[in-house]
Amino acid sequence: MTKTEYQVVGTRPVRHDGADKVTGRALYGADFQMAGLLHGAILRSPHAHARIVRIDTAKALAYPGVKAVVTAADFPPAPDKLVDFGEGATPLAYVRGNVLASGKVLYRGHAVAGVAATSAHIAEEAAQLIEVEYEPLPCVLTAPEAMQPDAPILHDGLRTAELGEKAQGRSNISEHFRHILGDSKKGFAETDVVIEREFSTATVHQGYIEPHNATALWNNDGRVHIWCSTQGSFVVRDATACVLDIAQSRIRVTPMEIGGGFGGKIPVYLEPVAALLSRKTGRPVKILMTRKDVFEGTGPTPGSYIRVKIGATSDGKLVAAEAYLAYEAGAYPGAMVGPGGMCVFAAYDIPNVTIDGFDVVVNKPSTAAYRAPGATNAAFATETVIDELAEQLGIDPVEIRLRNAAKEGTRRADGPKFKRIGCVEVLEAVRGSEHYQSPLEGPNRGRGVAVGFWFNVGLPSSCTINVNADGTVNLVEGSTDIGGTRTSVAMQAAEVLGIPVEDVHPSVVDTDSVGFTAVTGGSRVTFSTGMAACEAAGDVIRQMKERAAKLWETVPDKVEAGRGSFRCNGHSATFKELAAKVGETGGPVVGRATVNPRGVGGSFSAAIADVEVDPETGKTTVLRFTSIQDAGKAIHPSYVEGQMQGGSVQGIGWGLNEEYYMSRDGMMMNSSLLDYRMPTSLDLPMIETIIVEVPNPGHPFGVRGVGEANIVPPPAALANAIYRAAGVRMRRLPMSPPAVMEAIWSK
Amino acid sequence: MQSKVHVRTAINGEPAEFLCEPRQSLLECLRDLCNLTGTKEGCNDGNCGACTVEMDGRIVTSCLVLGVEAEGAQIGTVEGLARGTELHPLQKAFLENAALQCGICTPGFLVAAKALLEQEPEPSEARIRLWLANNLCRCTGYDKIIRAVQQAAREMKEARP
Ligand code: FES
Ligand code: FES
Repeated sequence: MTKTEYQVVGTRPVRHDGADKVTGRALYGADFQMAGLLHGAILRSPHAHARIVRIDTAKALAYPGVKAVVTAADFPPAPDKLVDFGEGATPLAYVRGNVLASGKVLYRGHAVAGVAATSAHIAEEAAQLIEVEYEPLPCVLTAPEAMQPDAPILHDGLRTAELGEKAQGRSNISEHFRHILGDSKKGFAETDVVIEREFSTATVHQGYIEPHNATALWNNDGRVHIWCSTQGSFVVRDATACVLDIAQSRIRVTPMEIGGGFGGKIPVYLEPVAALLSRKTGRPVKILMTRKDVFEGTGPTPGSYIRVKIGATSDGKLVAAEAYLAYEAGAYPGAMVGPGGMCVFAAYDIPNVTIDGFDVVVNKPSTAAYRAPGATNAAFATETVIDELAEQLGIDPVEIRLRNAAKEGTRRADGPKFKRIGCVEVLEAVRGSEHYQSPLEGPNRGRGVAVGFWFNVGLPSSCTINVNADGTVNLVEGSTDIGGTRTSVAMQAAEVLGIPVEDVHPSVVDTDSVGFTAVTGGSRVTFSTGMAACEAAGDVIRQMKERAAKLWETVPDKVEAGRGSFRCNGHSATFKELAAKVGETGGPVVGRATVNPRGVGGSFSAAIADVEVDPETGKTTVLRFTSIQDAGKAIHPSYVEGQMQGGSVQGIGWGLNEEYYMSRDGMMMNSSLLDYRMPTSLDLPMIETIIVEVPNPGHPFGVRGVGEANIVPPPAALANAIYRAAGVRMRRLPMSPPAVMEAIWSK
Repeated sequence: MQSKVHVRTAINGEPAEFLCEPRQSLLECLRDLCNLTGTKEGCNDGNCGACTVEMDGRIVTSCLVLGVEAEGAQIGTVEGLARGTELHPLQKAFLENAALQCGICTPGFLVAAKALLEQEPEPSEARIRLWLANNLCRCTGYDKIIRAVQQAAREMKEARP
C-alpha cells in the first residue's frame, strides 16, 4: 500500500478556505450579525462552592436597554435521564446544571444567570445588578483532598460506581475502575529493579484564541436557529434540544468558522442560554465569552494525582506495572480518567498490569476534552519512570522502549489487542534521527525522549458530492474545519475521482443540510469524514459509469474507470467530458455516503527535547525539539506537520508553564492570557517533525488520525531532559522556574 | 444612555466615519460599527494580539485603543492587505506554508508581520520571533508562521527594483 502512487494524496495544495482566512473575510462565530440582534452577558458565581439562597432579577430587568433575564428556573421542567452526546452517558441534570446553576454553584465562574440587552455593555452592567444571595460552603480543589472521607461533598446524590457496583453513601468519587492483566504482584517478584513514583499535574486549559460564542434565534414558527463556533454542530443541536426539552428537529445549527477547540468546544455553554433569551424576547441573541469567562467557566483539562510502579529484569524487560490515577473531573463527573487508564502503559508490552482509575469531582470548572484527554497526564508519569529504569539498568532510553514496545497483537490491560500499529517504527525513527544521533554539548544541558499513544475514534460522518457540468464537484460535509480538514477531506475525494483537488469545492454546512456527523475530535475527521468522502466519490464513479454505459450503449460493468477517465470498447471520456453530458444522460449526479468506520488505527508519537536549565533561576529553555508521529498516510503533509508542531507546543506549555493557579478558596488567580502563560514565538525553537507512515489497514489510503497523540510525550520528554541538564527528577507539572529551583535546592 | 461621538478617520486608505460611545474600543468600532470583522478579539486586554491593527504607522492592539482616538488617524486592518485581487506576499506565504490552522490569529499576525517587513526588510529568525511575541497562536506552534514571514521577506526583496 505504501508503494501506491497517488496523484493528490501526499501533495501540499493551498487550502480551500485559505483566501477567506488570510483576507479577514472568513466569518467566525463572533462575526455573525443579524438585524434586531440583542447582546447577552452571563452572571457567574464569585464562590467556588455555595448554596444559592435567592436570586432577584428585578433591578437588572428595570435597567434601561435590558430585554430579558434567565436563570435555571427558566428551563422547562424535564425528568432527569441519561444523555449521551458521544462522550459517554451523563445525567441531564449535570449538563443543565453546568449551563445554568441550580440550587448550588460548584465552582467560581459557574454560570448563574443570563441577560439580553440592546448592547453588550448594557448586558454586562445589568448582569452585575442581579442580586444573588449565596450561602458559601467549604470547597475542595484537588482529587486527593476530595477523596478524603470528611471532604466537603459536591453532589448529595452522587454514589461511587465502585468496580461496576453502586456503592453506598455520599462521595466525591464518581467512579473507580480497575484493569487487570496477568498478576502484577507475582510479576514484581520476578523483577530485578522496581521503581515507584508519585506525580501530580496542574489543571491546564485548551487555550484556543477564540472565546466561545453563540447566537440563537427562537423563531416565530417555533424553530430555533443557532450560529456558533463548535467542534460538533450536531452535538450542539442534540445537547441544546435535551437541555431545553424540545425535539432535535426543531433546532438548526449553523457552524461558523471556529478559532481553535482542542476538545474544549464540544460541550454547550452559551447556546441554550441564548435560545432561552431569544424565546423571551422574540429577537436573536448573541453571547460572547470574555477571556476570563473562558478560563473560569469552560472546560479545562483535569489536574491529576498519579502513582506509577514499574518493574524490570536486569536485561531491561518490563515484567510488571501498576498505576493509580486520580483525575479531577471538576464540578461534574467525567474526568477522562478512562482514556488515561487505557493509555498509561499502552506503548509497552507488559505481561502483568494493574490499573486503578478514579474520577473525582472538585470545585473547579467542569473539565472537557483536551487533545488526547487523559493520556498526557498518564504518560508524564510512565515515561519518566521508564527513563529512571533505563538509567538504573544502564540501557539507552530509546533502546529500553524498543525492547518493550507494543506491537500488533499486544494486549492492553483494558482488554483490546492492538491491530497494526507503529510504535516500533516511531521509536526506530527516533533512534535513527539526526537529532538523536547528534551530540548535545554544553553545561546545564540535557536531552530527553518520551513516547505516547492516543486512539482514533471512528463515529458517523456523512458526505454528499454534487457533480457540476464543468467537471468540478461540490463536496458537502458536516465536520467543522479547525485546521484544514476541508482540504484533507477534499483531497481524498479528488484522488478517488481522479480530478485535481482544486476542482473539488468543499463546504461545511448546517445540521439541516447534511447527514449526521459526529464531532471534530478524536483525531477523526481526515480518517472518518475522509472515508465518507471516498465512498461518496465511489458512488459518483459508479453513477458516471452508468452514464458512460448509456452513451456507449453498453453495460456499466464493462466501463473501466481510473485516474479521472472512463473507457470501454475503444471509447473513452474524461471525468470532465462525461460531466458535461450528465444532463442528456439522465440528469444530475449526486454521490452520497454515510460511514461509521470500525477500522480505526491508533497513533503513536514520540518527542526528543534538548533543554538548557538556568541554575540561577530554574528557567528551562527549549533548544531543540523534534516530534515524531505515525500518520498512517499523511494526506496533506503540511497540515500533519502542523498538528505535530501545534500539539508539541501545547505539550511544552503544559510541561513548563501552564497551570490554573488557585487560591485556597477556589479562585483562579491567573485568569488572563498575560498570567496564564502559554508559549509565545519567543519561547520556542523551530519544531522539527518526522512523519512515520505505517498504513492503517482500516482506511482506503491508510490514514491514522494525527490530531492528538503529539501532545502526549512532550512534558515527559522535557522532564527527562531537565533531569540530564540539572540533575533533578521533576514529578509535578508544570516544571516552572520556581518548581525547578525548589527541586535544585532540595537536591 | 451616553451620547455618541462622531469620529472621522481613515481605514485602509479610505476616509471613514463612525458614531461611537466614548467607552467603545477601536476593536469594537471596527467590528461592530464598520463591519470590518477581520480584526479578531481573543482577550480584550492586550495579551493575545488577535486584534492587532496599524495606527499611524505603528502596530497597536485595537482592544486597548478607544474608538475616539482614531479621530484623524490612519488605520490599517487585515482587510487592507490585498491589492484588489492580488494577495500581499505575506498572505500568499501564509497559504503556501500552511501557516494557519484555525486562522483566528492570522489577521493579527499578518498585520504585525507587515509592519515588521516594512521597517526591517531582512529580519533574522530571532528578530521575527521577538516582534511577533505579542501575537499568540495556539494551533501552529509558530514554526510555519516564522517560515512564512521569512519567505515573504525573501520574495519582497526579490520584487524590489
Ligand atoms: S483582543 Fe486585543 S490583544 Fe487580545
Ligand atoms: S491558527 Fe489557530 S490560533 Fe493560530
